[in-house]
Amino acid sequence: MSAGGLPVRLDGKVAAVTGAGRGIGRACARALAAAGAEVALLARSRDQIEAVAAEIAAAGGQARAVACDVCDPAQVRSAIGALSRLDVLVNNAGVNRPQPFLEVSEEALDLMLGLNVRAAFLVAQAAARRMVAGGEGGAIVHIGSTLGRVGSRERTVYCATKHAIEGLTKAMALDLAPYGIRVNAVSPTFVETEMTRRALADPAFRASVVERIPLGRVGRPEDVAGAVAFLASPAAAMITGASLLVDGGWVAR
Amino acid sequence: MAGKAKTAYDQSLRLDGKVALVTGASRGIGRVIARALAAAGAETVLLARTGSEIEALGREIAAAGGRASTLVADVCDTARVRPAIERLARLDVLVNNAGKNIPQPFLDATEAAFDDVFTLNVRAPFLVAQAAARRMVVGGQGGVIVNIGSTFGHVGGGERSVYCASKHAIEGLTKAMALDLAPHGIRVVTVCPTWTGTERARKALEDKALRASVLARIPLGRIGEPEDIANAVVFMCSSAAAMITGTSLLVDGGWTVP
Repeated sequence: MSAGGLPVRLDGKVAAVTGAGRGIGRACARALAAAGAEVALLARSRDQIEAVAAEIAAAGGQARAVACDVCDPAQVRSAIGALSRLDVLVNNAGVNRPQPFLEVSEEALDLMLGLNVRAAFLVAQAAARRMVAGGEGGAIVHIGSTLGRVGSRERTVYCATKHAIEGLTKAMALDLAPYGIRVNAVSPTFVETEMTRRALADPAFRASVVERIPLGRVGRPEDVAGAVAFLASPAAAMITGASLLVDGGWVAR
Repeated sequence: MAGKAKTAYDQSLRLDGKVALVTGASRGIGRVIARALAAAGAETVLLARTGSEIEALGREIAAAGGRASTLVADVCDTARVRPAIERLARLDVLVNNAGKNIPQPFLDATEAAFDDVFTLNVRAPFLVAQAAARRMVVGGQGGVIVNIGSTFGHVGGGERSVYCASKHAIEGLTKAMALDLAPHGIRVVTVCPTWTGTERARKALEDKALRASVLARIPLGRIGEPEDIANAVVFMCSSAAAMITGTSLLVDGGWTVP
C-alpha cells in the first residue's frame, strides 16, 4: 500500500533496461529499482553500468551490470537467457545522428536503423520469449520520441526509426496480449542527457526547442522514468499498445 | 489508507496537501477516482447531483483516513457550479469525469439526445475547467486538469455518433487548453477508458452478444475496472507526470490498436 494504494510496486520482479549506463536508461533503472525490482543493466560499457549498479545498491536497491552489445543478437539472447526471470523490459538504447536528408550517409542510416529498430526488435523478441516461458506475463516499454509522432528538420532517419517503434509497439501489443504481456511506448521530447548535450549546448538550438515546448523546459530523465515505471507496474494493468507522450505539450500544437 | 511513501519514487506519486475536485463523483469511475485521490493524500471535493450518494462516499473516504467534502450540484448548472468552484479555498486538481452516452444509430439520433450529451460531455466540462483553471491561476501554484475521455475520442463506434463527437471534442479541447494553460503551470490531459466495469456498464453487458463483441475487441481479454482508470488519473495528477500535458493516456486493453 505504498504511494497511498497505487499498485506501482515491483517487488520480486526482474527488469532489464538497455542503454542503462546513462541518461534516460539510468533514470529508468533507478526508478524501477526504487519500485522494488531487481534490475539488469544492459549496455556495452561495463564501467558505466557498474557505476549505476553501485548507485542503485547505495540507495538500497538491487541491480547488476550485464555488459552486452544490444546490436549483437547472440549476446542479447545469452544475457536475457541468464536472467533468473524477466518481468519488465525497458527498450531504451538508441542513437541519433542529425543530418540534412540530402547528406545522410548509408553508415548513419544503418547505425540508427540497426540500434533504434533492429536491436530494439530483437531484444524485445528475446525478452518476450523469456516472459512467455516464465508464464507470468510481463511488461515491455519502448522508449519512443515525439519524433515518432511528428517530423523534424535534419532528423529523417531518427523520425523514421521512432515512427517504426510506435508501429512496433501497437503490433507487438496484439501478438503478446494473449500471454499477458503488455507493450507500451513512452515518447519524450528533448531530454537533458549526454545524447542531447551537444545539440542543446547551442543556445540558438536550445531556444528553438524550448520555444516548441509549452511547459517551457526540456525534459529530465526522471520525467521519462516516472512514466516508464508507471507503465511497467500493475497500476497500468489495462494499458497496452499505448504511447504516452512526455513532451511538455510539444505534439499538442 | 494514506500509507507512508517508501522512496522518493513513491513520494512522487503522492498528492498530500492538494485539493482535488471530482465531477460525477457519486458513482462508477468517478467514485473510485475520488477514493484513489484521497488515498494518495489529496483532500477531495465530491461534486454530483445526489447529495446522499456523495455524502456516503465522503464518510467512506473519511473512515479510510482520507479527507473529503461535498458540493451538491448539477454539473450542467454552470451558474451555480462555477462560482462554487471559484470560491474553493484552494484547488490543485480537477477531474472532469461526469458524462453520459445515449447510443442511437446516426439516422435516428434525436436533437434532444445530441443536446443532452453535448451539454454534459462538452459544455459542462469546458465551463467547469474554465472556472477551475481560473481558481488555479489565482492560487498561483499551477495545477492539473484530467478530462475523462474515451476510446471513442480516438476511434468510431457503432451507434455512437454523438458520443464519439463529444469525446473527440474533449481530445481537441485538452490539447488547446494545455497550450493556453501551460504558462500558468497547469497541465491538461485525458485518460481514456474502454468499457469499464461500472454498475451501468455491467448491466449493459448482461446482453451476451454485446459482451462478446466488446471482449472480442479488447486484446487483453477483459473490460476495464474503475481502479484501472483511477490509477492512471492519480499518476497523471502526480509530480511523476510533471512533463506530461496536452496528451491522452488510453486505458483500453489495446482496443484502439488494431
